[in-house]
Amino acid sequence: MSASERHGETPAAGRPRSATTRAQTHLWVAQRVTAMVLAIAVVVHLVMIVMAVRGGLSAAEIIARTRGNEAWLAFYVVFALAAGVHGAIGLRNIAAEAVGLRGRGADLAWVAAGLVTAGFGIRAAIGLYA
Amino acid sequence: MAEVASLKVSVWRGGEQGHFARFDVPARENQTVLDVVTHIQRELDPSLAYRFACRVGMCGSCAMTVNGRARWTCRTHVRKVVDADGALELRPLANLPVIRDLAADLAPFFDKWSRAHGTFQPKDARDGAVPDDFAVVPPASKQRREADAGIECIGCAVCYASCDVVAWNGDYLGPAALNRAWTLVNDVRDGGRGERLDAVAGDAGCHSCHSTQSCTERCPKNLDPSAAIAGLKRVLFWDTLLGRR
Ligand code: HEM
Ligand code: SF4
Ligand code: SF4
Ligand code: FES
Repeated sequence: MSASERHGETPAAGRPRSATTRAQTHLWVAQRVTAMVLAIAVVVHLVMIVMAVRGGLSAAEIIARTRGNEAWLAFYVVFALAAGVHGAIGLRNIAAEAVGLRGRGADLAWVAAGLVTAGFGIRAAIGLYA
Repeated sequence: MAEVASLKVSVWRGGEQGHFARFDVPARENQTVLDVVTHIQRELDPSLAYRFACRVGMCGSCAMTVNGRARWTCRTHVRKVVDADGALELRPLANLPVIRDLAADLAPFFDKWSRAHGTFQPKDARDGAVPDDFAVVPPASKQRREADAGIECIGCAVCYASCDVVAWNGDYLGPAALNRAWTLVNDVRDGGRGERLDAVAGDAGCHSCHSTQSCTERCPKNLDPSAAIAGLKRVLFWDTLLGRR
């Protein structure tokens, strides 16, 4: 009998409670770490936008900057991953509180939604890189 | 407010379903909300159910919803909460089952204290034996100060009744239980740290708190459960990142 069971809890179906709370803790940690990444990335992104529009905005000028630029690609891949994961976990929390959407299945779906969202961003970045 | 001759008191009667009953209670210069309830029960309607014990802010049994806000009634002066028209609305504490009238059922609240491992587990004497010597815990040490900051909780459930997350998530342990857990995490004599941190992690625990600080704002003992919860999150954050759990 585990310590948590002694304290009268019902473990989620088929999984010990500690594994469930551990997964939930990992989601929370992931959201805070991605928030830190975003705090920096959003600033870099804004600076990049301001620099890009100076002296007019043209497709040729942008492509010239982004094509073959590994540092640029790496930055936007990280940015897209952080935004996708952070936003999905945040929406998960709102859905749990507002409409009671909870459970491991929902969590896996949210993580998947986050990665798909990130995928769109990464695809766009690759479009400008390649 | 002292000018009005009588207070117009609306009192919740019944259980989860019920209605407000109206009473006129003589206003006095010095009068607590608990005095008003006691007057109603002794002079006007002996069937009114409510709860108190110490009347001096120690036992934590008298809390109610007073004009929409959770308060300890024995230490709340009527003149502080009533405006010029002398209207007072009394309900049982929110976020808890209602036993009857003004008495809320605190069982779920205290069950969560035990779920949060809110009992001291002596390191030296797991089986209840008396340790050989006194433990020395310097009052100026950081952990002692963290524990001291939260130790004066009287278990009144004012914070619990004021927390939106408790309302949204019935499993959420709530500010008082998490505050209690944080005092024990900082108790150097305690041996149950790992299990306790497991018990307070995740969606039912500290990670659901939004740091809105209603608990801290409303705690009649001026404790800061929100800061205690932030402490639990901090420990769990680093323990998780550094693979210590
Ligand atoms: C792409 C931009 C962003 C999106 C779409 C986004 C989305 C969200 C959502 C939906 C939540 C959930 C709210 C909640 O659980 O209460 C959230 C929470 C949070 N976000 Fe963001 N966010 C973004 C950027 C940022 C940035 C740049 C930071 C850091 C400065 C940040 C810090 C946080 C924090 C600390 C929380 C937790 C708040 C809480 O749980 O109460 N977010 N975010
Ligand atoms: S700070 Fe956390 S525990 Fe306190 S009232 Fe807000 S959500 Fe509830
Ligand atoms: S933390 Fe404050 S409000 Fe909450 S139960 Fe303890 S004394 Fe009451
Ligand atoms: S009656 Fe004891 S705290 Fe109010």
